[in-house]
Amino acid sequence: MSETPKLQLSDVHKSFGRKVVLAGVDLTVARGESLVVIGGSGTGKSVMIKCVLGLLKPERGSIRVDGEETIGLSGGRRRDYLAKFGMLFQSAALFDSLKVWENVAFALIEGADMAREAAREVALEKLRRVGLGPEVAELDPAELSGGMRKRVGLARAIATEPEIIFFDEPTTGLDPIMGDVINRLIVECVRDLGATTLTITHDMASARTIAHKVAMLHQGRIVWHGPAAAIDQSGNPFVDQFIHGRAEGPIAMEL
Amino acid sequence: MNPLAIVGRFFLAFLAAIGKLACFAGDAVWHCLVPPLYLRLVGRQMLAIGFYSLPVVGLTALFTGAVLALQIYIGSSRFNAESAVATIVVIGLTRELGPVLGGLMVGGRVGAAMAAELGTMRVTEQIDALITLRTDPLNYLVVPRLIAATLTMPLLVLVADIVGVFGGYMVAIHRLDFNAASYLKNTFEYLETMDVVSGLVKAAVFGFIIALMGCYHGFNSSGGAQGVGRATTNAVVSSLILILVANYIVTELFFAG
Repeated sequence: MSETPKLQLSDVHKSFGRKVVLAGVDLTVARGESLVVIGGSGTGKSVMIKCVLGLLKPERGSIRVDGEETIGLSGGRRRDYLAKFGMLFQSAALFDSLKVWENVAFALIEGADMAREAAREVALEKLRRVGLGPEVAELDPAELSGGMRKRVGLARAIATEPEIIFFDEPTTGLDPIMGDVINRLIVECVRDLGATTLTITHDMASARTIAHKVAMLHQGRIVWHGPAAAIDQSGNPFVDQFIHGRAEGPIAMEL
Repeated sequence: MNPLAIVGRFFLAFLAAIGKLACFAGDAVWHCLVPPLYLRLVGRQMLAIGFYSLPVVGLTALFTGAVLALQIYIGSSRFNAESAVATIVVIGLTRELGPVLGGLMVGGRVGAAMAAELGTMRVTEQIDALITLRTDPLNYLVVPRLIAATLTMPLLVLVADIVGVFGGYMVAIHRLDFNAASYLKNTFEYLETMDVVSGLVKAAVFGFIIALMGCYHGFNSSGGAQGVGRATTNAVVSSLILILVANYIVTELFFAG
């Protein structure tokens, strides 16, 4: 009997008014696997992640984590469910009113009731893990560069050592070198934690560095899903157009 | 297009907005009753709403009390009732002008700040981040603001009442040549507890309205910087209008009692 997938989406639909964003997404992520979902802007990648986290409610379909249905969870069960997740947001989404270390330790203090001093020690260790020294811990998020914000966001995502980590466009807005630094940090952190990860990006360099498997989302459906090593020989015209960045092909850009 | 259809669409949209606000208010009040209560954040908000609003509310009250004394003196001198100046100033301030002007000033200052802060948190995904970190944004962001504003506004208005009376006193003594002792005697002789209490109850209601509208519009903002700007404007305008409406309703309740 095959192992239960860590994360499984089946026939997930989500619309905003008349605009259909997810039109029956089927996706499976195995335990310990790093899956990267690629696709153009506005194809529903972020919406898909928000549906998994319960930030948006799909109209139809099933989302299972460790084999358990998660749509419609509420109260304490939802809190327990969210404890499995870490998330690096595209803009890092650091809390402006808190210092860097308080951002990293937020889930430990507010979610796990850890004492502030103990949580601060954990935060400093996680910051060190992403290459930031203790002098950064006392800064406000507004004082950080884009790359530093992403690192702090990454430290916050791994602070509780979650089972599943989502990365939303981890390299967007960064120069190529800083992008590669973030990619390598993600690979190292995930390897050390043994976490299952789902990354959404349209940065192919990032996808190639992070992914065990790649899936492509187009017009609300997964049009290709396979090993990262096979992406150049996918034979899928959507994937070929996307990874080579061609204007001509089956993906019509709305101008 | 059929004019009836246009009217109907606006009416339905209005009802939907009322319903959405009522649901948000009910949800927010319910979250005030269920743990966790972030006392540290309540304290921080009380400082932001109360302490930092003291200068603007104090100055408003000072000059309102001063102008009130001048205007009432002009009116009352027409039928030789100048001795009523002190009584009318204190009753006018405690029952009406202290809470209403204080509410309008705090509504402009604090309501806008709340809507802008929460709106920015919404569009930069900080509210989503709170949820993924297992923290209910209503408990963490809305409840402390609601409690702090409702508790702090009566204290602010009490200070405004005192400063306003002082403003009237200064004008009466130095400009209108009233006797200081008799002015103070007239100020307190006819003042009843209910005059002050009704003003403080109004202040608590206004505080709740200001925080509710600031949080509601900020929490539901969308569309980037423009959306945050719109949320801020809507928060201020709606809270100021609701303060005036609530003022009449609360006055009617106390008047009937």
